[in-house]
Amino acid sequence: MFSKCSRQFTVQFSNQIKRLQSTLVIAEHNNESLTPITQNALAAAKKLGGDITVLVAGTKCGPAVEKLAKANGLKRVLVAENDAFKGFTAESLTTLVLATQKQFNFTHIVAGATAFGKALLPRVAAKLDSSPVTDVIGIKSADTFVRSIYAGNAIQTLVAKDPVKVLSVRGTSFEADNLEGGSAASEPAPAGSYATDLTSFVGQELSKSDRPELTSANVVVSGGRGLKSGDNFKLLYDLADKLNAAVGASRAAVDAGYVPNDMQVGQTGKIVAPDLYIAVGISGAIQHLAGMKDSKTIVAINKDPEAPIFQVSDYGLVADLFKAVPELTGKL
Amino acid sequence: MARVLVGVKRVIDYAVKIRVKPDKKGVVTDGVKHSMNPFDEIAVEEAVRMKEKKLVSEIIAVSCGPVQSQEVIRTALAMGVDKGIHVEVSGPEYETLQPIHVSKILAKIAQNEKVDLVIVGKQAIDDDSNQTAQMTAAVLDWPQATFASKIEKGDKELTVTREVDGGLETIKCKIPAVISADLRLNEPRYATLPNIMKAKKKPITKVTPKDLGVDISPRIEILSVEDPPVRQAGVILPDVDALVTKLKEGGHVP
Repeated sequence: MFSKCSRQFTVQFSNQIKRLQSTLVIAEHNNESLTPITQNALAAAKKLGGDITVLVAGTKCGPAVEKLAKANGLKRVLVAENDAFKGFTAESLTTLVLATQKQFNFTHIVAGATAFGKALLPRVAAKLDSSPVTDVIGIKSADTFVRSIYAGNAIQTLVAKDPVKVLSVRGTSFEADNLEGGSAASEPAPAGSYATDLTSFVGQELSKSDRPELTSANVVVSGGRGLKSGDNFKLLYDLADKLNAAVGASRAAVDAGYVPNDMQVGQTGKIVAPDLYIAVGISGAIQHLAGMKDSKTIVAINKDPEAPIFQVSDYGLVADLFKAVPELTGKL
Repeated sequence: MARVLVGVKRVIDYAVKIRVKPDKKGVVTDGVKHSMNPFDEIAVEEAVRMKEKKLVSEIIAVSCGPVQSQEVIRTALAMGVDKGIHVEVSGPEYETLQPIHVSKILAKIAQNEKVDLVIVGKQAIDDDSNQTAQMTAAVLDWPQATFASKIEKGDKELTVTREVDGGLETIKCKIPAVISADLRLNEPRYATLPNIMKAKKKPITKVTPKDLGVDISPRIEILSVEDPPVRQAGVILPDVDALVTKLKEGGHVP
């Protein structure tokens, strides 16, 4: 009987905690569209329980706000449209997040673990004197998180003790929220002077591609040093077009200048977990595996039967890629 | 001329296949080859190149950790750093030492040493946190230039090209600033034997977090460290036709 009582008490208590909990999700967008990882971050926030507020900041917030308004279960969408956020610099955004935090007292602040989220969140966390948790792959409770360390070769479960938890989440570990069925009200974020003279945005050079975006593609075709030149990547583009796939690369291929570095998959590049990953001419170094070994099905095409990639691949083909890849493209 | 602080971390060598401890409290580090975090080598190299271009007058390397951390400071000295500071943290305190602690330590030393730039690697390959530069910048209220692949130093500002998800972006930030080095910033040099010998004569000062007034009490409790799920062994297929069949069976292609 006692145990029944205490369980009831625990349930009530944890419900109370949940009611007190509130999460701020920092939306990522480019002033024209919402970045898909925001949907994964939202799903992670829902796992934490409690209220959810989304913050959209930029020079033009309309498109992102419109999409987010359709998400269900949101308490509010805060909008901060201001020239100060040109280039989404961490310095200007941190001031905004702190002002928002001061007004609403969130228990959790969440963003996707992208270049944007990774640059911003630790700066926010330090200002709150909170130790952030990077690239979370699992949420066990409101204070217990799972992340990978040592290039994905160990999985760490930790309890974050700081009162405000600041988390960046790995997009591929949380199913994207479908942004349907809701009608969240949007309201202005706390007003303030967010312009900073510390940093200014000069410009960007983005790689243009009609193919799906690497981190959210269902199929990824990646090439390594075995491709021997940038021109030979055309073999992979042809195969990718047949499969509606994104194209990735190993560090070796990027360092050799075959492809730009935003295509790098691995510990220090992008982390992908598509349904199908086809590794072509990639040996499978620890650092590369860190970025793709959660893919559902892995295919490796390599002429070296001893290549470590065959230890993680579901289907291996020991063959010359210059023959096998065109043949595969032709037969699909 | 500017003074630069570089942060260097001693980590398990990148080529080592790590092993999780049987008690699941961490990974085996005893008797395992350690070296300087690869991103920190890039940070040191960049500082040394700035000094060679006469943009920088002095470089100080800091490492937080047990006594063996002095080895990575020596490596940095052999690459061209002028002096080292070893912030000694060992035992259980080192197990829970996090970027938030390190950034407060770096910030304090940056102020004490009156440096104009702090350069660290973008992430350590052991905890994969990617936080220290950003947090150090926050503590100091300095601008941050993260994931740098190109740095041009002006008089009062830096022009930095950053590696971002869609490609590259360029920012300008005021000096003093904190920079985190990405892989493609440069190719670190090897320390030559004469320079390794010379490095033995360069000074390393030892301090503790307490001397610096930095509290390093744990912010996290590590519940467990485990092996990742093991993938089922796959099959080697005889030819492309067999692969096409498997892809069709798996529903990957129509």
